[in-house]
Amino acid sequence: MNIALLLEMAADAAPDRVALVCEGKRWTYSDLLAAARGAFEIIHESGAEYVALLDESSEASLIALFGAALAGVPYCPLNYRLPDTDLAALLERISPALVIGDEERVERIAAGQGHMVYSRELFTLKAQESWPASGEREYDPGEGIAVQLFTSGTTAAPKAAILRHSNLLGYILGTVEFASADEADAALVVVPPYHIAGISALLSSTYANRRIVMLPAFEPEAWLELVKEEKITNAFVVPTMMARIIEKMEKGVSAELSSLRSIAYGGGKMPLEIIQKALSMLPDTNFTNSYGLTETSSTIALLGPEEHRAAISSDDPKVRARLTSLGLPLPTVEIEIRGEDGVVQPAGELGEIYVRGEQVSGEYKGKSALDAEGWFPTRDAGYMDEDGYLFLSGRADDVIVRGGENMSPGEIEDVVLTHPDVADACATAIPSVEWGDAVGLAIVTRKGCDQPCEDEVRKLVRERLRSSRVPEKIVFVDALPYNEMGKLLRRMVKDVLVD
Amino acid sequence: MKPGTRLKSAACDTEVMVIRCAASAIECGGTPMGEAKPADEASLCADHSNGTLMGKRYVDADNTYEVLCVKPGKGSLSVDGIALATKEAKPLPASD
Repeated sequence: MNIALLLEMAADAAPDRVALVCEGKRWTYSDLLAAARGAFEIIHESGAEYVALLDESSEASLIALFGAALAGVPYCPLNYRLPDTDLAALLERISPALVIGDEERVERIAAGQGHMVYSRELFTLKAQESWPASGEREYDPGEGIAVQLFTSGTTAAPKAAILRHSNLLGYILGTVEFASADEADAALVVVPPYHIAGISALLSSTYANRRIVMLPAFEPEAWLELVKEEKITNAFVVPTMMARIIEKMEKGVSAELSSLRSIAYGGGKMPLEIIQKALSMLPDTNFTNSYGLTETSSTIALLGPEEHRAAISSDDPKVRARLTSLGLPLPTVEIEIRGEDGVVQPAGELGEIYVRGEQVSGEYKGKSALDAEGWFPTRDAGYMDEDGYLFLSGRADDVIVRGGENMSPGEIEDVVLTHPDVADACATAIPSVEWGDAVGLAIVTRKGCDQPCEDEVRKLVRERLRSSRVPEKIVFVDALPYNEMGKLLRRMVKDVLVD
Repeated sequence: MKPGTRLKSAACDTEVMVIRCAASAIECGGTPMGEAKPADEASLCADHSNGTLMGKRYVDADNTYEVLCVKPGKGSLSVDGIALATKEAKPLPASD
């Protein structure tokens, strides 16, 4: 089955409904299906092996996604924020591609790689003009690859993660009820097109018949303005976006958010302080924390609105702690925590998160990372509480192994962050002759506060956790390094600490 | 017949996409479905005329057969004469 079926069915059920709003232009489902079929003509004739997007979100990302699917050519949106050399290397790996977007840049950094380049405007225009064409078309049956995404490569060279039509359809058909959105519903999509959340947002809203409103470049004021103007009902943000929106609202920027029924967040760790503020500022909005990976076609676990409310209003520390959890696994997937020996861990014990399900591809170009029973090792470290709530501790590679004891950086950071003078913190392993690893800690002092005393921080950790968690080395920094999706770049912090 | 095959009803407008299947034929309105529509429309069997709904998935009791309705019609779906049941999606609270 081909993911283009989602758009075909949406256009069949509601041809004249507005499907997409981007920079003032409005597209109906039948407009988009016609353009996707037009894109098929362009892609099919080009002989390209990939359809790449080097551009911000626009109608072209949706037309290219479905047009490539119809043609049976993998769609590969690229991170336009990468430096020239890294981007040129990725382009080389997908040559010859039909590239949509920044023509000048492709010419400059990847001339001679054999790509065919279209500007966004030309691609969209040609796609609209190429249909209707005469005769029946043989569209791809969808047995192969729908999307190829390069992982963000925070720890190593980017890997080409492969999502087959079957993975993406498994996710959508299992979690979205067809045509379930009201005509007034609107989803604000602000994640970049090269992120899995950007792809799944397009697919799920299309299948639900929910109007997609795109904000190509995030700015908190523009986000608030669009929510008001388009009466947005659903939005997805990464934690750093949420923090910036909350900050603006606190400063008194005008916000009319009464239409906003639900906000989902994910893509990085949400600071407890920010989600607590958000919940108190928007008591009528439903908050959902969703956890997923590129290799799992998006969400595999979530903490729903009721669980947010229960956590914030509870006196039980166990229930309150769930505000920092990833919630429960989706009913359509299985999740296990395994120790280094591969044995499933008891509740509360740290290990690596494994996941299995139809939506889990776990496949990279040329090799699958699934084990014989179909389980995917996420390389994320975490644990489950006795009721099955999943907690993320960081990447498995970030786990600190001190004298044979596994410690999660997140656990230490959460405690340090309760200090009133600490704005941000990152714990990481530093080499120790005696212990193998020791705990290193970088702290950002809160604005207007005095730098906390090192011994005070150590005392806090010793009292709340165990003496083994006490940081051996503490440094104070102006800010911690995050990538554009809000992922903390621990490796860079480690470099500072080891220096 | 394999996953991804599109089947048409011989007795009504129903069309389905096969998600999972085995040796038996998928029937609609009491008559086996095919990749092409027959020249003469089959009559709709009264026992299999509850209708199909667009976007619904239909499964048998053992989960051996599963289809997605991509075009609705008056007939209802069965395998070996036994009606298929709808399978609900487990909607997420709009997480993306």
